[in-house]
Amino acid sequence: MDNRNTKVMNRFDVTSRLIAKLKHEEAVIGGIGNTNFDLWAAGHRPQNFYMLGSMGLAFPIALGVALAQPDRRVFALEGDGSLLMQLGALSTIAMLKPKNLIMIVMDNGIYQITGAQPTPAANVADIVAIATGSGLAKSSWAADEEDFERLVDEAMSAGEPSLIAVRIDDKPGVGATRRDPVQIRERFMHGLGVREPL
Amino acid sequence: MAIAEQQPQAGQGSGDRSWHGIVLQTLKRNEISLIPYVPDRVLTPLIKNLHADPFFTTFATAREEEAVGIVSGAWMGGRRGAVLMQTSGFATLANTLASLAVPYQIPLIMFVSERGTLGEFNYGQSLVCRTMRPVLDSLALEHHTITRLDELEFIADRSIKQAVTTQAPVALILNPLLTGGKTFDK
Repeated sequence: MDNRNTKVMNRFDVTSRLIAKLKHEEAVIGGIGNTNFDLWAAGHRPQNFYMLGSMGLAFPIALGVALAQPDRRVFALEGDGSLLMQLGALSTIAMLKPKNLIMIVMDNGIYQITGAQPTPAANVADIVAIATGSGLAKSSWAADEEDFERLVDEAMSAGEPSLIAVRIDDKPGVGATRRDPVQIRERFMHGLGVREPL
Repeated sequence: MAIAEQQPQAGQGSGDRSWHGIVLQTLKRNEISLIPYVPDRVLTPLIKNLHADPFFTTFATAREEEAVGIVSGAWMGGRRGAVLMQTSGFATLANTLASLAVPYQIPLIMFVSERGTLGEFNYGQSLVCRTMRPVLDSLALEHHTITRLDELEFIADRSIKQAVTTQAPVALILNPLLTGGKTFDK
């Protein structure tokens, strides 16, 4: 939805700003497509997980990580189109209230990667209102880049899960994740301290 | 009422030898503590006892895909989980299995309460049931249909251990011969 009080930002720029703030080996789950391409382009970290399918599952996967490692902050980056596929997950997260989970929605109102078709929600629905209505009280639109960074800082010390929605432009992702699912998963597990490399 | 609920051994205690008691104990013995589920009538005693046991984190999800995402993330974070669902719920999972659990080599453990056979009264359920094994076979996923109480513990315990050590999903299909199934009374 066209929120007039929010600046149109750029996914890669916002993702880079987030990554620059991470100093404690926080986990980051990148949703399918451009969302994880820009996470990859922002600089690979061992605590990054890149989805190569399973559209809509960035938040559920991040929830699983958050429940497994309650002392680690877990970020999930998801597109608006992806989130629309799994809106029920917002209520599951609201019910479980993992305080270490931070959800970021990159909202351009389109399926950019398939040809920029508008999503059904584009002109009628408000992601933050949906999240709030799903029980996630700590949900906000980022007004601009500075506000985004402020909201991330706030979320990092919050006592409940947070959702930050960012209005972004229609640019494609900057990089392209190496499509090696086994290596992605294994490196992520090393990054989370679950396993040691051979 | 399901046959399982009429059986004298189907008690509520954690040490009982009902099908659901065996499943609960087998999960616990294998340190599987995260149990997201989409409910099913037949699974009700298992779900109830899982909720009652503080060893488990048991909760409903809106869709089965969501539950698969959650236990996949938990596995990567070092915590084991299993998903409970009905046959019709499994039918929603082909894309998630093919794009997450299988290619990322995640030991996804699924318990599927089988509807659609041995006395099904809903035509749609009987049709969707026929899609389950072809989908599992097309992805070469390990699956077992459990029909006998005396084989349940062996199959479940060995299959969970195999899933973990081979880093591959497994579906354990709980047949009406084991659980009593759902009959036309509700």
